[in-house]
Amino acid sequence: MNLIGRLFCSSVGKKLIMAATGLGLVLFVFGHMVGNLQVFLGPEAINRYAELLHFSPELLWVVRLGMLTLIGLHIWAAFQVSAENRVARPVGYDGSPAPVETTYASRTMLMSGLIVAAFVIYHLLHYTVRVEAINFTGRSFADLKELSEAGVERHDVFKMVILGFSKPLVSLFYVVGVGLLSLHLSHGLRAMFQSLGLLTHRCGPLIRKLAPVLAWVLFLGYVSIPLAVMLGFGKEALN
Amino acid sequence: MKVTLKVWRQQSPNSAGRFETYPTPDLNPNMSFLEMLDVVNDDLTRQGKEPIAFAHDCREGICGTCGLSINGRPHGEGRGTATCQLYMRHFTEGQTITIEPFRAGPFPVLQDLIVDRSAFDRIMQKGGFVSVRTGSCQDANALPVAKPAAELAMDAAACIGCGACVASCKNASAMLFVSAKVSQLGLLPQGQPERHRRVLAMVAQMDREGFGNCTVTGSCEEACPKNISLAFIARMNRDYAVALLKGE
Repeated sequence: MNLIGRLFCSSVGKKLIMAATGLGLVLFVFGHMVGNLQVFLGPEAINRYAELLHFSPELLWVVRLGMLTLIGLHIWAAFQVSAENRVARPVGYDGSPAPVETTYASRTMLMSGLIVAAFVIYHLLHYTVRVEAINFTGRSFADLKELSEAGVERHDVFKMVILGFSKPLVSLFYVVGVGLLSLHLSHGLRAMFQSLGLLTHRCGPLIRKLAPVLAWVLFLGYVSIPLAVMLGFGKEALN
Repeated sequence: MKVTLKVWRQQSPNSAGRFETYPTPDLNPNMSFLEMLDVVNDDLTRQGKEPIAFAHDCREGICGTCGLSINGRPHGEGRGTATCQLYMRHFTEGQTITIEPFRAGPFPVLQDLIVDRSAFDRIMQKGGFVSVRTGSCQDANALPVAKPAAELAMDAAACIGCGACVASCKNASAMLFVSAKVSQLGLLPQGQPERHRRVLAMVAQMDREGFGNCTVTGSCEEACPKNISLAFIARMNRDYAVALLKGE
């Protein structure tokens, strides 16, 4: 069997795919968080950042398709691995006891992952495709424009974020989505390093401690935005 | 002391199994779990009933033959002990103890609590060895081995192949076993020439046997009577990734 065959068909190969795509997605998630936190620097910072991200549609689509490939492979590997795992124990233990020493996060990776995927779809329709029907504000996000310092018309991301999160139920869904993502990563980060073969005797203990810390950083970083908006941040932009 | 046993009884590999409940005769709390089963079997024989079939051999925790799932936990409570090293004093008077065979598709039940673990043997036959010229002994220290590598190799070699890792894993994955067997040779100079071929072949056989995948839950490490570390799985994953790129 060649490299590709082994990678896609063997158990360890599939875990390598899962981990490598997971690494790409984790890096994106952290980058996205840092980018988003610029909302606290005011409209100018976040709107200029959004303009920068959109400066080349070709490049943007390359990144988008790359992300889509990562997500596709990640989910494909997840389903493959889960199906094989289910078959591996046809008769279970009496009373189905929770396996010793396992965490809730580690036992629910598929479910948390699927809910996060659903959340990501909503998030894309909400702020990227900007479907008016699902933002529940009665206003079209696509129509929010402002003039940059150079006098060029650009999308007013700041206003969109404040408006979007001013709906409590939408904000709540974001908190739940990001919470599940962090739960997923509290186990996923550790498992990723394990599958990539880096969780060895030497650096294993450090990574095991670091994984939940990073998951918390991610959760607090992302949740701070809807939370701040709910507490009144940026209210003046809506007038 | 007396306890109540809820035991999995199964006549043959293809017959349907079921739980039977037996009250035990009076037990000495310092009996091992296997000695308790001996006493119960004596009692069953006296009553004209079929004794409970269970696997056992050395009864001192080094052979890996015994293996029962006790209250849903392979080898019962306690870290780093096999079923034979579990004592009745760890249970309470009158407690109901559920005893099941190790549950996994690749470990079919032969009878009652005995499972067929020859899947492990077939994995070993694919690469759990070094192909060296046999003959007279080599001079001592002709092959220098660094102390840390020797220690780590010994930690991996402590695996007795009992299958508790498979039994405890929610996915019935054999990764801890295979990684220990891959690492015990991969860490030593004698194992280097076949290092890549070994990991590829053993993982391929593990997959063929139908074991599940590792999802890093860590229950195998907890159930292992020899405290084999999860870090060996990481080591095997790395060996596998390198072997993928370098080929056999």
